[in-house]
Amino acid sequence: MATTGTAETTRRDFLYIATGAMGAVGAAALVWPFVSQLQPDASVLALASTDVDISQIAEGQIVTVKWRGKPVFVWNRTPEDIAKSKEVALSALLDPIARNANLPPDAPATDENRAAPDKERWLVVIGICTHLGCVPIGHAGEYDGWFCPCHGSEYDQAGRVRRGPAPTNLEVPPYAFASDTKITIG
Amino acid sequence: MSGHATFEPKHPALKWFESRLPLVGLIHSSFIAYPTPRNLNYWWTFGGILSLMLVCQILSGVVLVMHYTPHVTLAFDSVEHIMRDVSYGWLIRYIHANGASMFFIAVYIHMFRGLYYGSYKAPREVLWILGCIIYLLMMATAFMGYVLPWGQMSFWGATVITNLFSAFPVVGPTIVEWLWGGFSVDNPTLNRFFSLHYLLPFMIAGVVVLHVWALHVVGQNNPTGVEPKTEKDTVPFTPYATIKDGFGMVCFLIFFAWFLFYIPNYLGHADNYIPANPLVTPAHIVPEWYYLPFYAMLRAVPDKLGGVLTMFGAIIVLFFVPWLDTSKVRSGVYRPLFKQFFWIWIVVCIGLGWLGSKPAEGGYVIAGRILTVWYFAHFLIILPLLGLFEKPKAVPASITEAVLGKKTKGGAPASVGAHAPQTKG
Repeated sequence: MATTGTAETTRRDFLYIATGAMGAVGAAALVWPFVSQLQPDASVLALASTDVDISQIAEGQIVTVKWRGKPVFVWNRTPEDIAKSKEVALSALLDPIARNANLPPDAPATDENRAAPDKERWLVVIGICTHLGCVPIGHAGEYDGWFCPCHGSEYDQAGRVRRGPAPTNLEVPPYAFASDTKITIG
Repeated sequence: MSGHATFEPKHPALKWFESRLPLVGLIHSSFIAYPTPRNLNYWWTFGGILSLMLVCQILSGVVLVMHYTPHVTLAFDSVEHIMRDVSYGWLIRYIHANGASMFFIAVYIHMFRGLYYGSYKAPREVLWILGCIIYLLMMATAFMGYVLPWGQMSFWGATVITNLFSAFPVVGPTIVEWLWGGFSVDNPTLNRFFSLHYLLPFMIAGVVVLHVWALHVVGQNNPTGVEPKTEKDTVPFTPYATIKDGFGMVCFLIFFAWFLFYIPNYLGHADNYIPANPLVTPAHIVPEWYYLPFYAMLRAVPDKLGGVLTMFGAIIVLFFVPWLDTSKVRSGVYRPLFKQFFWIWIVVCIGLGWLGSKPAEGGYVIAGRILTVWYFAHFLIILPLLGLFEKPKAVPASITEAVLGKKTKGGAPASVGAHAPQTKG
């Protein structure tokens, strides 16, 4: 492209670099909206929270609700379930982290840290197996929690993984009690 | 095709690849070493601009499809969803909608350039006809794309255009039902238009490849219409044509951006922001601007079949221009009479476009008839006769002579391409 072989910097070199740099900025500015459009749009974000009426959930019953397109299990646990869950030592767990979005990321996976604060009969977890995304079956498996039909992972009464291949406990979504009978997820 | 064998790969890996698939060599000979006439003016940058617009339309269109729903109950809302909810959806939709208009502006300039400089003449007939096919595909694609937002103009445009085919005797009504997939424009119509609107741009891209291939076989025309004779008549594609095309593209994109960011709905119709209603036709229905000349011709003929045939004929006649123009001289630059008739014809085309946007009544119809007759007379009478009666000006012996004047014998710079002036309009 250069018509002369001079080694020193010329005004033309400056123009080439300035033009190229401007072109790169323009290209990046054009790429930005094309990438940005891939992110969840405003209508998806508008559905980011879900209210659940828990007054009709009987003791022992698990109800599945949809939050951000995913199933969320709301389990009204019996005192026996809670007692069994509390007996489990942290050292017996495959994943000792609570995985509770409402707690610090390093909180241990005790039953208190998994269940709703001060309302320990309520367990709210995202109903997606942490292995490869299937929906586990409730009240099933050796640990009386959930059993995943895809690859056989099992979860206990607090939604903690007890048998692989799932690597981590079922996630606890961000949620709060709007009243005694209503939970707002998200 | 010249410029072969100038690419000598040095890297062993590239040598290995090149001996198995000479791809880099093909690119090198087509877009780097390819000799282009040294006198190309800015009208010749529109080929590159059109390629850019095709890429722009395909990229923005693929993104729009990620958010659009082709169903009569959801299509309109999904377009509004793109405008309001999707991140930068407004920008991408406006790129696509205005991009279509920019595409047509560029293609019309490209065609007018070809007609003025005689780029359709032997040996470039196939190149010209491939261009005409691309133009037809563009019209079909743009029409079906305009249907997709499912507004009032979409719906009634689709109804009117598909009904054109009902003009054909015997088979007409059956063809129309097959186009619709029913007894009116409805969901099946929308679905098949969506499918074809996605398909046709890739067919256009395929024909563009043939178009460029044909161009590289016969070589580019140039403002003098004189074929390059020596190496002095040409310069290498890179950097001369790439930089010039690039500059043309940047200027065109500035023009595009002005529409995009300041008047994005200027070329559209407000009625298309009303959801399609099969029971009420808008009071004033006109097609997109790029169809207006043909629309004026349709309305100029008081007979249904005659109007449709006239409209299609206006495009079909372009395919025969290489044989209708009988002149021995290629470029309009050296054809004094042709030049005048060419500009009259341009005015006729613009006039037809203006009339197409007016209501079909009174003086507008009469003017439309006169201009329609002139449009066809230009191709069927004026072009053949001009070749016989016109006395062309002297054509230069070579491109170099046209650019540098006759005194090139001794003083011309020896190194072509290095210091030679690039072009002269």
